[in-house]
Amino acid sequence: MSAANVIEVRGLRTQFGDHVVHDGLDLDLRPGEILGVVGGSGTGKSVLLRSIVGLIRPQAGSIRVLGRDVGTLSGTAREALERRWGVMFQDGALFSALTVRENVEVPLRAVPGLADADRRALAGLKVSMAGLPAKACDAFPSELSGGMRKRAGLARALALDPEIVFLDEPTAGLDPIGADAFDRLIVALRDALNLSVFLVTHDLDTLHSCCDRIAVLAEKRVLTSGTMAQMLRIKHPWVHEYFHGPRARAAMSSRPKGD
Amino acid sequence: MLELAGSLNVWTLPQLPRRAPPQLSIALLERLDTAGAWYLARARQQGSRLHGGSAAQAGLIDTVAKALPVADDVPAPTPRLRRALAETGRNVIAALVFFRELAEYLGRVLAAFWRGIRHPSQFRLTSLIHHCEQTGLRAVPIVTVMSFLIGVVLAFQGATQLRQFGAEVFVVDLIAISVLRELGILLTAIIVAGRTASALTASIGSMKMREEIDAMRTLGLDPDMVLILPRILALILMLPILGLLADLSGLLGGAMMSWITLGISPPMFLSRLSDTGVGNVIAGLVKAPVFAIIIGVIGCHAGMKVGKDAESLGRKTSAAVVNAIFAVIVADALFSILFAEIGL
Repeated sequence: MSAANVIEVRGLRTQFGDHVVHDGLDLDLRPGEILGVVGGSGTGKSVLLRSIVGLIRPQAGSIRVLGRDVGTLSGTAREALERRWGVMFQDGALFSALTVRENVEVPLRAVPGLADADRRALAGLKVSMAGLPAKACDAFPSELSGGMRKRAGLARALALDPEIVFLDEPTAGLDPIGADAFDRLIVALRDALNLSVFLVTHDLDTLHSCCDRIAVLAEKRVLTSGTMAQMLRIKHPWVHEYFHGPRARAAMSSRPKGD
Repeated sequence: MLELAGSLNVWTLPQLPRRAPPQLSIALLERLDTAGAWYLARARQQGSRLHGGSAAQAGLIDTVAKALPVADDVPAPTPRLRRALAETGRNVIAALVFFRELAEYLGRVLAAFWRGIRHPSQFRLTSLIHHCEQTGLRAVPIVTVMSFLIGVVLAFQGATQLRQFGAEVFVVDLIAISVLRELGILLTAIIVAGRTASALTASIGSMKMREEIDAMRTLGLDPDMVLILPRILALILMLPILGLLADLSGLLGGAMMSWITLGISPPMFLSRLSDTGVGNVIAGLVKAPVFAIIIGVIGCHAGMKVGKDAESLGRKTSAAVVNAIFAVIVADALFSILFAEIGL
């Protein structure tokens, strides 16, 4: 069972009106890996993420997460599955009427028998693990900067220690030090919890420093997937431009991958 | 010695004793998440000894221990009385600041008005016309219908009461005085406060939210001149006209109902009406510009106070409506006292 893929997308077709976003898209997420999903603007990276977590209903194809078909689940089975993944949206998507700590407490409230003090302490712990100062706990989302909202969103996504974490552009808008700490946090959590991470990003540093595999979205499907070294050998013009552009070279020279 | 086996995660955490025993064995632990690691890290901080555990588990416990918020970050709770006092003080100060800011905005509008007179080229005539249409013309149907119905209700209720004394004909005085002096302009102002104060706050507030106001300032445009003055001036021009329309349709409604229920013919109504004196109309309409300034300043001020989030826009909009209506009624009461004193 552990060898099976945690996410298996087969033949996915999504369209809005006449606009086809994905057609015949296949994608795998293996247990314990960090998969970076890249692609130009408008290639449907976020749409793919939303389809997998069931926010968008695809026209055709199957999406299996942790061995279950997302499209055909009943209410309770769906709830059980939703507790096994966490989603961090681009701008954090925090509930604006709640403080940061209360936001993180929302998923924790589903745990039966958890004492209020423990729940508060655990929420505080997640906030601090996401790299926010303790005083941010009692702040409202509108009082935080964009980067801090992202971290609070991650804290909420991680509240129940899910098996899969979906991250939508986690390091966009963070300063380089914060982004670097974020990358290391993702790797550390993956190592400690055997987390599988589905990461939509444009940040070449992130791709370099923490992704095990990279999937390139283009031409309405996953054009290719593989390690960074494999990506560098792909001849497709967009992929070549992406991984050999000046920014890519800078990212690679500053941080040669150890292995 | 407490031996933990299986999985220690957020779902099994409630089964553990709140206070960890001094000796804990985690050698048989298969799964550990951050909630479990938090329990173990806290136990270790409190002096418990942990036995066994894989390197990955130890690493997770260390990671969590490092992330544990420092205890002295939590401030000591303040006493209830002091909190209540502090809250009262804050509210009083907030109210004073609110009034000071309203005065400031009134001053800004007057300053912008003066600048507009001295440099007419800076004044936005198109904008003024547009807002006159929005706040004036578009409000005509609701204001006239409402006032007409008020006239009908007054005539009907007055007739049943006055008939007991055989003084039906005084229903004309009743309608004339109450509509012209109070109800026509007051209800118009309340409707305009609901319609326009919310629109002012919403339009200025959404501009504030999207940093359009800041962009204006960097481009050398004065928001007081460009945004606030045309809106408030439009209100000042339009509210008396709306009030006059409300007076007329209120009298019309009253006259119709008097004719139907009491048989007071329109010529009789008119002749009786001309005996009540023009002072009532003046006493009513003279209040309109003041109400207009109140509504406009409260609406624009609330719009400028909108923050970066959508929630504050909604909060400020509803607060603007409530404050504007309340302020209009208070001002009306003050006018009543003033008119009674000067005998108008």
